Amino acid sequence: MANPSSAAAVAAAAAAAPRSFLQVAATEEQVAPPLRVVQIEGLVVLKIIKHCKEFAPSLVTGQLLGLDVGSVLEVTNCFPFPIREDDEEIEADGANYQLEMMRCLREVNVDNNTVGWYQSMLLGCFQTAELIETFMNYQENIRRCVCIIYDPSRSNQGVLALKALKLCDSFMELYRNNNFTGEKLREKNLSWVDIFEEIPIKVSNSALISAFMTGLEADTPVTQCDYDRLQLSTSPYLERNVEFLIECMDDLQVEQQRLQYHYRNLSRQQAQQQAWLQKRRAENIARKNAGEEPLPEEDPSNPIFKPLLEPSRLDSFLITNQIANYCNQINAVAGQSFSRLYLTKALHDN
Amino acid sequence: MAASEHTVLQSSTSLSAKVHPLVIFNICDCYVRRPDQAERVIGTLLGSVLPDGTVDIRNSYAVPHNESSDQVALDIDYHHNMLLSHQKVNPKEVIVGWYSTGLGVTGGSALIHEFYSSEVPNPIHLTVDTGFRNGDGTIKAYVSVNLSLGDRTLAAQFQEIPLDLRMVEAERVGFDILKTTMVDKIPSDLEGMEASMQRLLALIDDVYKYVDDVVEGRTAPDNTIGRFIADTVASLPKLSPTAFDKLVNDSLQDHLLLLYLSSITRTQLSLAEKLNTAAQIP
Repeated sequence: MANPSSAAAVAAAAAAAPRSFLQVAATEEQVAPPLRVVQIEGLVVLKIIKHCKEFAPSLVTGQLLGLDVGSVLEVTNCFPFPIREDDEEIEADGANYQLEMMRCLREVNVDNNTVGWYQSMLLGCFQTAELIETFMNYQENIRRCVCIIYDPSRSNQGVLALKALKLCDSFMELYRNNNFTGEKLREKNLSWVDIFEEIPIKVSNSALISAFMTGLEADTPVTQCDYDRLQLSTSPYLERNVEFLIECMDDLQVEQQRLQYHYRNLSRQQAQQQAWLQKRRAENIARKNAGEEPLPEEDPSNPIFKPLLEPSRLDSFLITNQIANYCNQINAVAGQSFSRLYLTKALHDN
Repeated sequence: MAASEHTVLQSSTSLSAKVHPLVIFNICDCYVRRPDQAERVIGTLLGSVLPDGTVDIRNSYAVPHNESSDQVALDIDYHHNMLLSHQKVNPKEVIVGWYSTGLGVTGGSALIHEFYSSEVPNPIHLTVDTGFRNGDGTIKAYVSVNLSLGDRTLAAQFQEIPLDLRMVEAERVGFDILKTTMVDKIPSDLEGMEASMQRLLALIDDVYKYVDDVVEGRTAPDNTIGRFIADTVASLPKLSPTAFDKLVNDSLQDHLLLLYLSSITRTQLSLAEKLNTAAQIP
């Protein structure tokens, strides 16, 4: 007797054969394992750094190209976007540029699947509503995408500040329905830490590049990176970090006040509703005693029964994330400074 | 006429070039991804000429081409499209020359060089030996010099020019991640710090050893090295121990304060979150 499940599988395969590759790919992706690692080529790292650094301090973006292999997202190439201007015409121009670039790169056999985008940030300031919006836009077209963030200001301290980020699935679902009320958030058990998910980055190079770099590696025992790392002055960086932190605190304060205001209004409304209800009940008892029909216990036309709109929690979540980020940066830099200071002390004592 | 040719020759000999590591990476990547039948890849170099005459090669892109024994077909449309796209992003980068993989200059190169000469005066020709034909990947830069007799151009000669391959940008990223074929994790700041300190320590040990050797007569003293060491020691600012201690302690306290501040902020955040969730429960 034929195994019914295998027969079904054959039938499915036969049905699948005439379908386009895209459809097959689409169905396969539904069972794809979650994204675990982003594997970036050294070429891409250098390209991103070059682009971000040349235009710093203005913020720039670019597109990442590559392949999606199982739980690894390979980023094999990228190209920069021109600096964006808020002009309709230029926007269309930008789209043309993107298509043209992809076409040209395909001609020289570069992978031309979009896998996300990169952007530069200033002092770790990246958690914005725009980022989320862009991410949602990308996510609509490609199932797996990633955002790589590079901080040129950190690289002056000898740190390679590359980060690969994606939005959490549960967060995306909430964002799509656009309900960031306390109730929904509690239902999903989502807190501000769960908005962004950082994905570990791997760097890969082709054997050819590896051979070239080994040949070209400078013989000097000290590299620029070491000089940067042992630089003693970090105060400007820390100062600006704290400045931003304070600004964020003010923003958070405003958000909190908004929330408090909402709760105050809510409780006032509830009190009013209660009062109204009691009055109506007393009235009803009176009417009953008089042998009349009781009035309904609800009155939708009364303004006090209009539900109050709860403010969105998205902003406060983002600000909280931002603050946490600044704190982490301050901690990291301060930690480094400690080791530097002790090193200087030891050197001086000698 | 001869005099003017002479000056061109003069200016071209003093020319030198500087290559950004990205260009090498780009060329290697294009070579790996070249079409099946292609022997080599060629492409355009973008960059700028620095005030001191050094040509700074900062970017590149491949241009599809077809080559037979005596003919070269270059996709000029592609070249112009790509150039327009690149200029949109960075108008400061202009064509400075072209590259080709392989060792040295080959026959077709003169034709391609002629084309690039019409795009930009005095283009640079960069060759990257991706085949490792003589054991090490040779990277060379050339300019072309016209050999002429009277007004007749007889031939073009490719003249090698000095090439600066020091890669400060690559150093900043770290050779560790660019050299190996796979790195599992980008080093964190503290790990990097540790590596730097270890290197510093090793260097100090080296200096100690050298000085000891010289003092005990095991190594011949070298005045230049001695002066370097003296300069290094002298570069430490002379401070009284109390002033130095005060300086270090002040900075330490500043940083401790910042740490305290950031910890308090974090505690506040988690408290606020708890309170917010508590407030939501009706």
